Amino acid sequence: MPINIHLAGIDYAILTLYFIFVLGIGFALKRTMKGSADFFLSGRSIPAWVTGLAFLSANLGAQEVIGMAASGAKYGIMTSHFYWVGAIPAMVFLAIFMMPFYYGSKARSVPEYLKLRFDEKTRGFNAISFAVMTIFSSGISLHALARLLETLVKWDYWTCIWVCAFIVLVYIFLGGLTSAIYNEVLQFFMIVLGFSPLVYLGLRDVGGWSALKEKLIPVATAQGYAAGTWTQSWEHLGNPIENPMGVNWFAMVMGLGFVLSFGYWCTDFLVVQRAMAAKSMSAARRTPLIAAGPKMLFPILVILPGMIAIALNNQSGGAFLPAGADGHPDYNMVIPSMLAHYFPPGLLGLGFTALMASFMAGMAGNVTAFNTVWTYDIYQSYIAPKKSDSHYLWMGRWATVFGILVSIGAAFMASKFNNIMDMLQLVFGFVNAPLFATFLLGMFWKRSTGHGAFFGLVGGTLAAMVFHGLSCAVGVAPGIKGGWITPHFLFRSEMGQNFYMAIVAWTSCFLITIGISLLTARTKTDAELKGLVYSLTPKPKSENEPWYVQPAFVGIIVLAVTVLLNIIFW
Amino acid sequence: MNFDLRLPIGLMFSLFGAILTVFGLVSDPRIYERSLGINVNLWWGVGLLVFGLLMLFFALRKPKG
Repeated sequence: MPINIHLAGIDYAILTLYFIFVLGIGFALKRTMKGSADFFLSGRSIPAWVTGLAFLSANLGAQEVIGMAASGAKYGIMTSHFYWVGAIPAMVFLAIFMMPFYYGSKARSVPEYLKLRFDEKTRGFNAISFAVMTIFSSGISLHALARLLETLVKWDYWTCIWVCAFIVLVYIFLGGLTSAIYNEVLQFFMIVLGFSPLVYLGLRDVGGWSALKEKLIPVATAQGYAAGTWTQSWEHLGNPIENPMGVNWFAMVMGLGFVLSFGYWCTDFLVVQRAMAAKSMSAARRTPLIAAGPKMLFPILVILPGMIAIALNNQSGGAFLPAGADGHPDYNMVIPSMLAHYFPPGLLGLGFTALMASFMAGMAGNVTAFNTVWTYDIYQSYIAPKKSDSHYLWMGRWATVFGILVSIGAAFMASKFNNIMDMLQLVFGFVNAPLFATFLLGMFWKRSTGHGAFFGLVGGTLAAMVFHGLSCAVGVAPGIKGGWITPHFLFRSEMGQNFYMAIVAWTSCFLITIGISLLTARTKTDAELKGLVYSLTPKPKSENEPWYVQPAFVGIIVLAVTVLLNIIFW
Repeated sequence: MNFDLRLPIGLMFSLFGAILTVFGLVSDPRIYERSLGINVNLWWGVGLLVFGLLMLFFALRKPKG
């Protein structure tokens, strides 16, 4: 049974009003865009609560709302590891240990930090791979949104692509990063306020938390897993065959937690850029911590609906979710199904707008990160150095246009995998997995050199590719999903394969960087590395803040609550 | 200087809240069968209105300087 969403006049009114505000913010910010620093860095003037919510919201793209709900249905509460093992510890680490170097070095982007810390080629490698990856991600968001709108409300695919791309283009073209950040905060509130009633109604319908647990037992046992598999996050991680994710605790903690999540949250310019726009060092350090608060609770908003939907689907004999091509329920339809099922006209407009907002937030975040890296790290560094600042501002605006056009092209090639999450994990695996080793060594070991970092990164990325070529998930034909050299290592699931690939890539990068650094001479003196390396940088002053708002204290509280959540849902 | 972001947030959610509240009062109660018999437009509209007005209140409370 396909889902149809019928939008009434009032729903269109809400949608239209939202886009008027989105575009209005762009127009209102136009006059503040005087130089390139305003356009790319918001003039480093944004208060922490705004950058914090934008930090969170920039990641609220396709993979978050649709993908996490899908994973909630497919894997149950284990999906929360993406938050409570993955994101939160990484965000705390970024705030306490890494932000002082990003913000304090006055680098304008993450690749530029690599240039200051290591050398030109390391920056170039990172900048170019990042630029390609962001535009690709932006295209995935756009494609996913248009495909969804086509399915749900029968809008024309290409009309959706052009209209959504045009709206994102206008507000970034006019207001740069500030406009993207302001709109991300708007989108944050839309998503929270648009989806909370959905969770409330779903939970009420299923009969509350204990009834939900009860109803998820047959979901687990029918697939051959222990009764509590969908509602216990750690209990079944001893062996990959005991849980639907097909991973064990080691892959979860090291692969997802330490390598992938730290790699993403601590080094991906898409999110780090938001913190760099903060108005002071302390605001920059508070940014990830402010984001961590709501992030901890996001499983309620995005994973719980998936668990509710699969329970109701199972109870009703498959009447709640539409069937996918493979005969399983179409997990990506969790949120749309619930919107169609529970929301009357009026609230439906709000929920539907929130859904569109989430995709556009993801796209806008990628576009702003792209135009900055393109303009500062590629165009200014290699193509046209020493031009006037207004020239780079002009370039940034046109890079936005270019980036969005390329995104539209990338939207073509995004429908191979049935779960968007798995695909993004694969892309992050190749490029981001080795990255965190480079930053860790760069920030905490002053002996690491430019040659070491560069060949470590290249080696780590190659190791990821080779591993991918040698490994395969059980039951998957060798090809795009791995095993294209020879399927030598077999994994229980693609996710397990990706987590181990990340571990291999990280370890290779770490060892190669150390090895080559020891063999090559240092090219930067201690004085040049001041502010870039931990042991050579004075500890950040607390800026006369009371102890209860200092990053270390807040970070410990955040971690303590996270541990508590893990124990409650063990 | 950039404007206070709480202004557009407050304004937008006040408008959403007002629209949903009014719609909740005048709409046919049968449309709420799917929301388990709860007039969610009315209740959530009031909630959004309160949130929006609070945002506006804090944005406008302190004059510049």
